[in-house]
Amino acid sequence: MASIWEYANPKKFIDTSNRVIPALWLLTSLCLAIGLIWGFFFTPDDYRQGSTVKIFYLHVPSALMAINAWFMMLVASLIWIVRRHHVSALAARAAAPVGMVMTLIALFTGAIWGQPMWGTWWAWDPRLTSFLILFLFYLGYIALWEAIENDDTAADLTAVLCLVGSVFAVLSRYAVNFWNQGLHQGASLSLDAEENVADVFWYPALMTMGGFILLFILLVLIRTQTEIRARRMRALLARERMQ
Amino acid sequence: MIPELGKYAGAVLSAYAVSFVFLGLIVWLSVKRARKIRAQLEEVEQRLKSQRSQ
Repeated sequence: MASIWEYANPKKFIDTSNRVIPALWLLTSLCLAIGLIWGFFFTPDDYRQGSTVKIFYLHVPSALMAINAWFMMLVASLIWIVRRHHVSALAARAAAPVGMVMTLIALFTGAIWGQPMWGTWWAWDPRLTSFLILFLFYLGYIALWEAIENDDTAADLTAVLCLVGSVFAVLSRYAVNFWNQGLHQGASLSLDAEENVADVFWYPALMTMGGFILLFILLVLIRTQTEIRARRMRALLARERMQ
Repeated sequence: MIPELGKYAGAVLSAYAVSFVFLGLIVWLSVKRARKIRAQLEEVEQRLKSQRSQ
């Protein structure tokens, strides 16, 4: 059986991801289209939240990916720190803008949902605040990569920032459990049957969550390929200048 | 075609619009940059190859 470390080879990574990307485009489009059409057109209104429950199909999957994108970056950064595989550092770099967009969608849809339900766009509630901080960490992470010219130094420093930011990614996930206060409801994704949403909302939501997960993987693969190529180009141009 | 959204129509539709704009933007930017860098790399590789063969 092939070792996972084979994919640390940039050429192997690009060849393999090239084979996977077309199928991922198809699966992502299908999951998102089915989930969103099902949720928007074919589910009833909630007895308390009315038609705003339809925001659920975008808000929860984007929030889920906002947190998990950071964890993916954490794993990739740890691989970089321990094994010094460039592809893992570039994958972390590639994931950051996608995670940031997911965080923005979660923040915006949350504010739009919160206004009619809570009577306010924003509150300094533990979950909302930790999500805002997570967004700022994404911004800082991206800025740090852009600010440092040497790729290895940038990878080292951003890996450390990623470790620190993981605290806020954990807080974002469990803020509603740590502090039993604020406006935000408990976790939507829970194994506790009493806390779970009704099946009629849950199944289309599962579909959109699948779509968001696939979209994240797809974009990270495309962007990692781009980062690998950009790095190779910088190396070739540097070599050309030396000659 | 659009289901009856009642008094929350503005909130629901704007949440979808904002999400589609952000998702569309990140997909478009990712694909656009991928194509650009790929073309640039091919050009650089081609140039270096022809320099070596001279």
